[in-house]
Amino acid sequence: MLGDGDKMWLKCLEKVSGNSCKIHHLYYQYIGSMRIRKTWWRKLLVAWIGCWIAVSVWIFWYMSSQAFEKRKETLASVCDERARMLQDQFNVSMNHVQAMSILISTFHHGKNPSAIDQRTFARYTERTAFERPLTSGVAYAVRVLHSEREQFENQQGWTIKRMDTFEQSPVQKDDSVAEALEPSPIQEEYAPVIFAQDTVAHVVALDMLSGTEDRENVLRARASGKGVLTAPFRLLKTNRLGVILTFAVYKTDLPSNAIPRERIQATDGYIGGIFDIESLVEKLLQQLASKQTILVNVYDITNQSHPISMYGSNVSDDGLEHVSALNFGDPFRKHEMRCRFKQKPPWPWLAITTSIGILVIALLIGYIFHATLNRIAKVEDDCHKMRELTKRAEAADVAKSQFLATVSHEIRTPMNGVLGMLQMLMGTALDANQQDYVRTAQDSGKALVTLINEVLDQAKIESGKIELEAMPFDLRAIMDEVLALFSGKAHEKGVELAVYVSDAVPEMVIGDPGRFRQIITNLMGNSIKFTKKGHIFLTVHLVEEVMDSMDVETESSSRNTLSGLPVADGSRSWVGFKIFNPEGSSHTPSPSSSDLVNLIVSVEDTGEGIPLEAQPCVFTPFMQVDPSISRKYGGTGIGLSISKCLVGLMNGEIGFVSIPDIGSTFTFTAVFSNGCCNSNDSKPQKQRLKNQSNTMSSTFQGMTALVVDPKPVRAKVSRYQIQRLGIHVELVLDFNQGLSSISNENKAVNMVFVEQEVWDRDSSISALFIYELIQIDQGTKLFLLGNSLSSSRTNTATSGFYTPSVITKPLKASMLSASLQRAMGGNKGNPCNGEHSSLSLRNLLAGRKILIVDDNEVNLIVADAALKKYGADVVCADSGKKAMKLLKPPHKFDACFMDIQMPEMDGFEATRIIRDMESNGHIPILAMTADVIQATYEECQRCGMDGYVSKPFEAEQLYQEVSRFLQPITSVNL
Amino acid sequence: MDLLSQLRGQIADFSAFLHREGFVDDQFTQLQKLRDESSPGFVVEVVSLFFEDCEKLVNNMAKALEQQIVDFKQVDSHVHQLKGSSSSIGAARIHNVCIAFKTCCEDQNRNGCVRCLQQVNHECIQLKNNLQTLFNLEQQIIAAGGSIPAKQ
Repeated sequence: MLGDGDKMWLKCLEKVSGNSCKIHHLYYQYIGSMRIRKTWWRKLLVAWIGCWIAVSVWIFWYMSSQAFEKRKETLASVCDERARMLQDQFNVSMNHVQAMSILISTFHHGKNPSAIDQRTFARYTERTAFERPLTSGVAYAVRVLHSEREQFENQQGWTIKRMDTFEQSPVQKDDSVAEALEPSPIQEEYAPVIFAQDTVAHVVALDMLSGTEDRENVLRARASGKGVLTAPFRLLKTNRLGVILTFAVYKTDLPSNAIPRERIQATDGYIGGIFDIESLVEKLLQQLASKQTILVNVYDITNQSHPISMYGSNVSDDGLEHVSALNFGDPFRKHEMRCRFKQKPPWPWLAITTSIGILVIALLIGYIFHATLNRIAKVEDDCHKMRELTKRAEAADVAKSQFLATVSHEIRTPMNGVLGMLQMLMGTALDANQQDYVRTAQDSGKALVTLINEVLDQAKIESGKIELEAMPFDLRAIMDEVLALFSGKAHEKGVELAVYVSDAVPEMVIGDPGRFRQIITNLMGNSIKFTKKGHIFLTVHLVEEVMDSMDVETESSSRNTLSGLPVADGSRSWVGFKIFNPEGSSHTPSPSSSDLVNLIVSVEDTGEGIPLEAQPCVFTPFMQVDPSISRKYGGTGIGLSISKCLVGLMNGEIGFVSIPDIGSTFTFTAVFSNGCCNSNDSKPQKQRLKNQSNTMSSTFQGMTALVVDPKPVRAKVSRYQIQRLGIHVELVLDFNQGLSSISNENKAVNMVFVEQEVWDRDSSISALFIYELIQIDQGTKLFLLGNSLSSSRTNTATSGFYTPSVITKPLKASMLSASLQRAMGGNKGNPCNGEHSSLSLRNLLAGRKILIVDDNEVNLIVADAALKKYGADVVCADSGKKAMKLLKPPHKFDACFMDIQMPEMDGFEATRIIRDMESNGHIPILAMTADVIQATYEECQRCGMDGYVSKPFEAEQLYQEVSRFLQPITSVNL
Repeated sequence: MDLLSQLRGQIADFSAFLHREGFVDDQFTQLQKLRDESSPGFVVEVVSLFFEDCEKLVNNMAKALEQQIVDFKQVDSHVHQLKGSSSSIGAARIHNVCIAFKTCCEDQNRNGCVRCLQQVNHECIQLKNNLQTLFNLEQQIIAAGGSIPAKQ
């Protein structure tokens, strides 16, 4: 059973694992068709449950049949045991009866006179009754022939009596028996009982041959010489069922193979034992313990069709029965014992529980499958839903992007209005300050537009989708822009703002200017937020430079700062950078790549500083030092984390050092490619990017300036900015040095820049200096470098007769050049013409031969007029083909403006053909287009155009584009 | 001089009106700036050229739109032309209608195109009348011995 169970479980496990395999298989096979799988599974589940119901029924049947078999076996063994015992005991009794027959033959017939009489026999049998526990009595009948009857009757003193009448009325009382019996009728022979045990004394004198049963018995016994049994019958007197065992007593010993006739003739008499079967079996069963559980019936089945019950209640029960054959030594008679259990068989609980248990387990497994399936279906549904939601979310995201794009576009439009108006404002007569304000406003406006773009990019950063551009840009110009952006705020707060870019830093680098600017803007923005007094100083160096000066410049920086206030030591902010601690001791970070420029940028401020406890989480998004800060200063706190991310993208690192109440210094490194090595080839591009300041620089090229400033750091900044205009700069610490330098005959000093601080220190010395300056009279201009407007105003009051021009910090090349131009412009005679770009355009375009191509006559006329206004020599062509002919080399055109959308041959195609024709030389071709979008720009570049201008012309943009290709013809001299 | 200043006032009011109503935009002002001593009739020249052009284009488009199968590509190129020239002279309203017209062409919306064409025609006539008035005023100023006021 156990083995079976094990097998069953194995099967079960196999099935389960098989199913789970199938699940996988199916999952992948039917991933698309859920419907099919569902019904398939349902069928499988039903089959599974059905199968297990069958299995459990089988188990139930199997186990209960096992139990039945066992019960049957038990019954059989019990029954056989009883039958054997009964048989044994019977045989023992029978042997005794046989022994008695020998006794009779020996002592009754063998002796003369007989040694046995009725009394002896009775007493003997009485005393030996224990030997025959099953016989209720023994009697001996002698064979009497009819011829001997009388003699015999006389001898015994009674007549032989008939038995059959006796049998008919067995209920009569003992004493009346003898008298009532009739004498036996005349027969051939008789077998009257002569001896009988006391218990059966009433049979004495009865003729055994007269009773039907007895007669047959007697005849059979003497013929066979063996013990013979009667059929069971009601015993006389006791009225219980019994059988009579009869042995024949022979006169002589007969051989075992004697024929029946010999036996009959040798017969002397018959000894009979009465067996009380009922009590016999009763006694026997009492000896055995399990009497109460088993019902025993004994039958005489000599006549097969009518078995005669010898023992046992005749309860007919179709239950389990076992039949054991009994052999009582009489071949003629057959007996059998039938055993039944008294109780009905108990319920086969084991089988029931086992099968039910298995069924339950199977159902549970089925349920688990079902649940799993449902779960899978549910998960799939959820997955499906989720996908749907994802789709929707993506759609929403797209919608959001579109919304942002639209909104930013919508913002750009009014911003363009603002910028346009500012540009117009710049065209009016303004003094240097006003011009700078307007330019700052314009720059800030442009920055705002950029910012809107950056808002869009921020989402990209968050999703990690950001990619850096790689384009050449002028680092210094970027710095100026940043400075311009913050100069207004710095003015408001009275904080000095300065930028310094080391000379070692290449002019052009290749990288992502927007992102670079973004980082710096972020850092500067933070600094300006938290700085109330002092300065903010932005420096750019090469990493190599810093590394070399690392050891030297440790102690000097304590007091030597821009505003004189102590600052946090910047060098400590980058001590942790990997670039400074390369593995091993290899010196330069990337010695092999001379193309790479490792920049280190630091922003130093004298602000509040970051509390020590907040320093670790400065770069965590949305973390601000204190919630109150966002209330006080605004901002989201994401700036630094974005910066960190961007710096990481530029293969750099960012770090900071901050001392509360002294200030913070943020430093980051970034790796760019060197854009200078090929600057000669890409001159136009470089110039385009440098635009204004570049043209200005030509104005001041070769001049010499003197900067009077006792603070080396500040002087360095001033020098850096002035040098950018192409002016040679000398630094002096005070007026005396300055004067001696100016009076040096070898060189002419064109301008002197005096730090406001120096100027205000002592007005008399300042006045003296002016006086001396006038004495020397080299046409030297004097400029004050002032921190803010207020100070410049007070200054005007103090120095009476000669008011130097004040250049308001922060210094930046463009503003400086504007101021210088204004101051110098007095000499040129047209001081008030501030329409800068339009003037420059005249410079650029005067006398140029320019081809305009447009199919639209009106456009052509307008463009023609516009360019002619700037002094250009204009030729018009109204189709691409004409333009082609005109531009067939050699030609004398300096530039070509080409409409894009033209019938027959559009601008792109015309340009392509023109470029193909060009063997040497390259005529700048600019597209004229109404919709200025990026795609068009790229398209322009692809087919060999150099740029595009908006149609109708816009002065500023036209200038920007044209200035890239055309050098001003008339260089303005002083 | 009284008449002159009066006329100047009128012309200033009128051009302010034209700007306000969106008939013309800054480009027109720019155009006026391009006028100098050598070519005093520059604006009138350009504008009349524009209207000639305009009339031609409108006729062409009308013809194209009457066809059984409308060649929208051709109409589109006409509209593009008109758009370019209107933007060049600063005819803001026509320019705007052209933008809508172009969209209709791209959508191949015949009814829309016809409606836009009517609108263009209408705007052209209006602008023509308005500019005529303006030029008349200028002529009167010149006739009165003054010069046309410089635009701001």
